[in-house]
Amino acid sequence: MTPAIQIRHLTKRFRTGFWLKASTALSDLNLEVARGATFGFLGPNGAGKTTTMKLLIGVLHPTSGEAFLFGRSVREIAIKRGIGYLPESPYFYDYLTGSEFLYFYGQLFGMGSRALKVKIEMLFELVKLKGAEQVQLRRYSKGMLQRIGLAQALINDPKLVILDEPMSGLDPMGRKDVRDIILRLKEEGKTVFFSTHVLSDAEMICDQVGIIVKGQLRNVGRLEEMLNPKLKSVEVSVRGLPEGRVHALDPLSKSITTKGEESLISLQDEEALPQLIQWTEREGGKIVSIVPRRETLEDIFIEEMRGEAT
Amino acid sequence: MNVVKAIAVNTFKEAIRNKILYSLIFFALVMMGVSLVLDQATVGQRNKIIKDMGLASINLFGVMIAIVVGIGLVSKEIEKRTIYTLLAKPVHRAQFLIGKYLGIVLTLGVETLLMTFFFFLLVWLYGGGIDLVLLKAIFLIFIEISVVAAVAILFSTFSTPFLSGMFTFSVYVIGHLTEDLNRIASSSENFALEKLTAFFYYLLPNLENFNIKGEVVYHLPLAPGKILLSASYGLLYIGFLLVSSAAFFQKRDFK
Repeated sequence: MTPAIQIRHLTKRFRTGFWLKASTALSDLNLEVARGATFGFLGPNGAGKTTTMKLLIGVLHPTSGEAFLFGRSVREIAIKRGIGYLPESPYFYDYLTGSEFLYFYGQLFGMGSRALKVKIEMLFELVKLKGAEQVQLRRYSKGMLQRIGLAQALINDPKLVILDEPMSGLDPMGRKDVRDIILRLKEEGKTVFFSTHVLSDAEMICDQVGIIVKGQLRNVGRLEEMLNPKLKSVEVSVRGLPEGRVHALDPLSKSITTKGEESLISLQDEEALPQLIQWTEREGGKIVSIVPRRETLEDIFIEEMRGEAT
Repeated sequence: MNVVKAIAVNTFKEAIRNKILYSLIFFALVMMGVSLVLDQATVGQRNKIIKDMGLASINLFGVMIAIVVGIGLVSKEIEKRTIYTLLAKPVHRAQFLIGKYLGIVLTLGVETLLMTFFFFLLVWLYGGGIDLVLLKAIFLIFIEISVVAAVAILFSTFSTPFLSGMFTFSVYVIGHLTEDLNRIASSSENFALEKLTAFFYYLLPNLENFNIKGEVVYHLPLAPGKILLSASYGLLYIGFLLVSSAAFFQKRDFK
C-alpha cells in the first residue's frame, strides 16, 4: 500500500531582503509516513517543520524534489479532498460566526447544506465549542480559535490530518482535549502528521517521530525503537541517615545530592539496589522512593541538538 | 462553480460586515454640499450642475472604493494568513481570485446602485425630473470601476497593499490621459520616448472610453454602438487582467 506521505529530496530555498539573499529552509528531506500512523514532527523553532507542511498542502512550491500524498503529487488539487490542515496560530475570517465559518469551508468541498448542518453540529461537540456557534470569530479566545481551527480541518472527514503545533496557545485542559481528539482520529484509522516542540505531547500520542534540525532530518523511526529500553539510572530517595554517612555510598552511585534530611542517590543500574537497601536499613535510614529512569524523547532530542552544535 | 460562488458570497459578506457601505455617507455629504452651492445658481443651470457634479462624484467615489476594496480584500487574506486554510481545500488559486473579484464587483454594484438612487432623488428634488439617459453614463462608470478593481487585484497578487494602492491610482490617472500619450508618441522626435509612450498607450486601459458624462448631461448624440463597444472593451480588459493576476498568483509562495 502506498504510504500516506512520501517526501523525496525536498528542498526549499527562500530569497529574502533587498539583495534577495538565499536561505535554505529545507534541505534534501526524505520522509515516509505510513497510512494510519500518528507521526510527530519534532524540531526547535525555525527548523523547517512549518515549511514542510506548507509544501505538502501546496501554499509553497518546492525549489527541488517532490512530495506525494497517497501516491499522488501534491500539485494535484484533487488530493486535497482527503486532507485536513490546521496552520500554526490560526487566524480566520473574524467577521463570520463559528458556524458560518465552518459552513463556508464545507461549501468548498461541495457539501450540501443538510449534510453540513449535521457535520457542523458534530464538530462543535467534538472540539467542545458548544454554545459558541453564533458568536463572531473576533470574539473567540486564542484557545477557541485553535479549537475551531481543528474543526475546520476535520470538516471533510479527511484521511490525512496535518496539524502545525496544534497544542500551542492552549491551557492544560485544552492540550488534553487536543490529545484526545488526535487519539480518536488514530482510532478511526486516520493518518495524523503533526508538529510540535513540546516533547511530552509527542511522547504521549505518537507511534512514529522524526526530528528535524536546521532544515535537515536527523532521526526518524518508531518511538519504541528509538528509545533505549535499558534503564538510564535508578533514583533512590533516602531519609533519616546520620549526618555525613551518605557519602559512604560514593563508590556505588553516580551522584548524590542532599537536601535537609533527605538524600537523592542516583545509581547506574538496578544491580546495586539490594546492596543499597541493606545498607540503609543497617544505618537506620528509610527508603522514601525508588524511581527507575528510562531514556526519554527529550534525551534523544537534546543529543541531536548537541550533535548539531559540535 | 460552487467554489467560486462560495468565495464571492463570503467576500461580499466581509465587505458589508466591515462596514464598507458607510463610505456612502461621505458621498451623501458631498452631494449635500453641492446642493448648497446650487442655491446661488439660476434654475436652468442648477439641473446641469447637479447632474455634472453627481456623475463626477459617483465616478470618484466608485474608483476610491474599488481601489480600497480591491486591494484590501485580497491582501488581507494573505496578510492575515486566512489564505493558508483556504488553499488547503480543493480550491484552485484562479478560482480563489475570480471568486474574490466577483465578490468585490458585487459590493461595487450595490454601492453604485445606492449612489444612483441618492443622485436621482436629488435631481428630482431640484426639479430635474427623472432623466433615464443618465443611467447610460452610470453603467459605463460601473464598468470603469470594475476595471480599476481588477487592476487593484493584479497588483495585490505580487505587491504590498500600500504599493498596490499607489500603482492602481497611477494606472487610473494615466488611464484617463492615454489619448495624450498617443499624441506625444506620434509627435515626438525622440525614438525612445516615442516607443515608451506607445508601449503605455497600448498596455494601459483607456479609461476615457467609459466617460460619456458630458454627452448625457447635455443630451449630445452618442456614436452608434458606443455603449456596447465600451462595455465589451471593459470586459475584455478585465479578462486580460484576471488571467495575468492568476498567472502571478499561481507562482506565488505564501510564507
